Amino acid sequence: MSTLAIDKAGPTRKLGSMSRDRAWALRWSYFFLVLFAIFFLTPPLYMVITSLKSSAEISAATNPWWVFHPTLSNYVELLSSNQFLRFFWNSSIISIVVVIVTMLISIPAAFALARMKFWGSATLATGVFLTYLIPDSLLFIPLFKMLAVIQDFTGITLLNRWYVLAFIYPTLTVPFCTWIMIGYFASIPKELDEAAIIDGASWLQTLFRIFIPVALPGLIAATIFAFTVSWAQFLYPLVFTTSIDQLVLPVGITTTLIKGDVFNWGQIMTGALLGAAPPLIIYAFLMDYYIAGLTAGATKG
Amino acid sequence: MADVALRKVVKRYDDVEAVRGIDLDISDHEFIVLVGPSGCGKSTTLRMIAGLEDITDGDIMIGGDVVNDVPPKDRDIAMVFQNYALYPHMTVAENMSFGLRLKHYPKAEIKARVTEAARLLDITDLIDRKPKQLSGGQRQRVAMGRAIVRNPKVFLFDEPLSNLDAKLRVQMRIEIKKVHQKVRTTTVYVTHDQVEAMTLADRVVVMNKGRIEQIGTPNELYHKPATRFVAGFIGSPAMNFLPCRLEDAGGTLQIRLTDRIAFALPPARAARYNALPRTDRLLLGIRPEHLTEAHAHLEPGVETFDTVLDVTEPMGMETLVYFGLEGTPVCGRVNPNAGAKDGAPMRLAMDLNNMHLLNEETGVVL
Repeated sequence: MSTLAIDKAGPTRKLGSMSRDRAWALRWSYFFLVLFAIFFLTPPLYMVITSLKSSAEISAATNPWWVFHPTLSNYVELLSSNQFLRFFWNSSIISIVVVIVTMLISIPAAFALARMKFWGSATLATGVFLTYLIPDSLLFIPLFKMLAVIQDFTGITLLNRWYVLAFIYPTLTVPFCTWIMIGYFASIPKELDEAAIIDGASWLQTLFRIFIPVALPGLIAATIFAFTVSWAQFLYPLVFTTSIDQLVLPVGITTTLIKGDVFNWGQIMTGALLGAAPPLIIYAFLMDYYIAGLTAGATKG
Repeated sequence: MADVALRKVVKRYDDVEAVRGIDLDISDHEFIVLVGPSGCGKSTTLRMIAGLEDITDGDIMIGGDVVNDVPPKDRDIAMVFQNYALYPHMTVAENMSFGLRLKHYPKAEIKARVTEAARLLDITDLIDRKPKQLSGGQRQRVAMGRAIVRNPKVFLFDEPLSNLDAKLRVQMRIEIKKVHQKVRTTTVYVTHDQVEAMTLADRVVVMNKGRIEQIGTPNELYHKPATRFVAGFIGSPAMNFLPCRLEDAGGTLQIRLTDRIAFALPPARAARYNALPRTDRLLLGIRPEHLTEAHAHLEPGVETFDTVLDVTEPMGMETLVYFGLEGTPVCGRVNPNAGAKDGAPMRLAMDLNNMHLLNEETGVVL
């Protein structure tokens, strides 16, 4: 690849020190890119290979990097298992609700913190970010305690109910998404909302008709983040739900497919692959927006 | 359309007084330009008229009504910003009609107004483009179009040409003047560029340090500045200020610049300045165009002196000459054929009929 780049530059100009530097920079980038690609793609590849094997072949002493008798039995079994579909359903609904709840809270919050200068708004914005810095592994015990107390007090069952998770995850997603959105909204020139105000827009109209469309890349980045966090969340569901029918995908796979010290590797790998599919599909569709969102405010009028 | 009035308007930010009690009457159809160096309070004043800044004290009236607590959208004003502030996700037509759509105007009327404004500004072909597909000048036209379609009582312009290159700025300046001649809406225009102020305004308001220095037509400001600030700010190259004092010499009043150079004042000037104490520290204000090459035949009131030029700047239609008088740098404008050369001696003529005399301490033009 690197030689190709040099060849392209070659005929048009002499290899000055600039292009020689550039060639070396390219070589090094390709070297490390390939290294990282191998490093990160090996595990999924291993998962695909394993998921196509029968249990007998997995435990047999053959080359683990090759499938001698490919079979789709793991996929068929999982996809026809009500249990697995239940996990999938729980995870999907929770993630979608979390994304909606998060956006409903963090967009107006970010708008208010970024634009409506009120007493303590700057402190509050910092506070929101500091909240995000507290790891969830510190939060789950107090949260559990809170739910237990509320449950005892009101008699409403909150523990061991999968849908309750949809209202617990936002404690993780809202601070970060709000913080991202504050950054995006702050990068929108002040004159844009002043123009809208003079044009006769209310705060809400300014938010919906100017800020949200202009900050769409940031909004999508935040959406992807919220979805990924809730889809991959392991600790909270492990703690807050216990019955088989209340589990979400990551917890469900590990609890039901590992029986004591018996690991059903084929199905574990298949389940993990199927579980990784939705975020991958979403990334693929929103990739362009996501990258635009990460790299620039993209708001220059 | 309406008149605008400011009464003792004050703007204070914490401990900084940005605007210190200004009074201003703008009549219907008038084109007023607020001009001054950065930080003089001109933009703050404009934003207070727009309602984007609260006023600390005083009253602002639009069309006779006090609008101190009226939100911007109910003041019936339109504003054009320095960075255009076009909505990036909307087409030109959508940008222009946004305000009308918010007010639920009938579709047919919106279309008619947008079409008319686009025709007026010559942007009919661009109507379906997005702002990022437009050049700076085109964006500025769209921003003006957005103001025009609203048919407001007052147009507010906040340094609208500052982001354009020099050539386009001149072109858009003429464009703005043309538009104002057609729509005749009362306009308040803020700029730091005195040329823009002079060329556009019916009346110019010169501001400095939160106060109004002088209000007047461009010609009044140029020929009859009230203060040293205005005299120095308006006109390019700037007016020269030479330390001087008055002397009586044989029954005539003369002005002494250096030990060597003293000029008898023309009778009209002598009468005007005669009452001044001879001891005052004064400044002679003289514009470069009144410092020219000496001709054989001198008009009354024109006095000559010899000097050695430091630097000359040929501009084509004229040559700017720079020299020092008692350590004060001075600029003159001579005919390009007058033979001005760097480092060469030259006889120059000063037209004292167009001189100004200032009190050095107070800065007031006497």
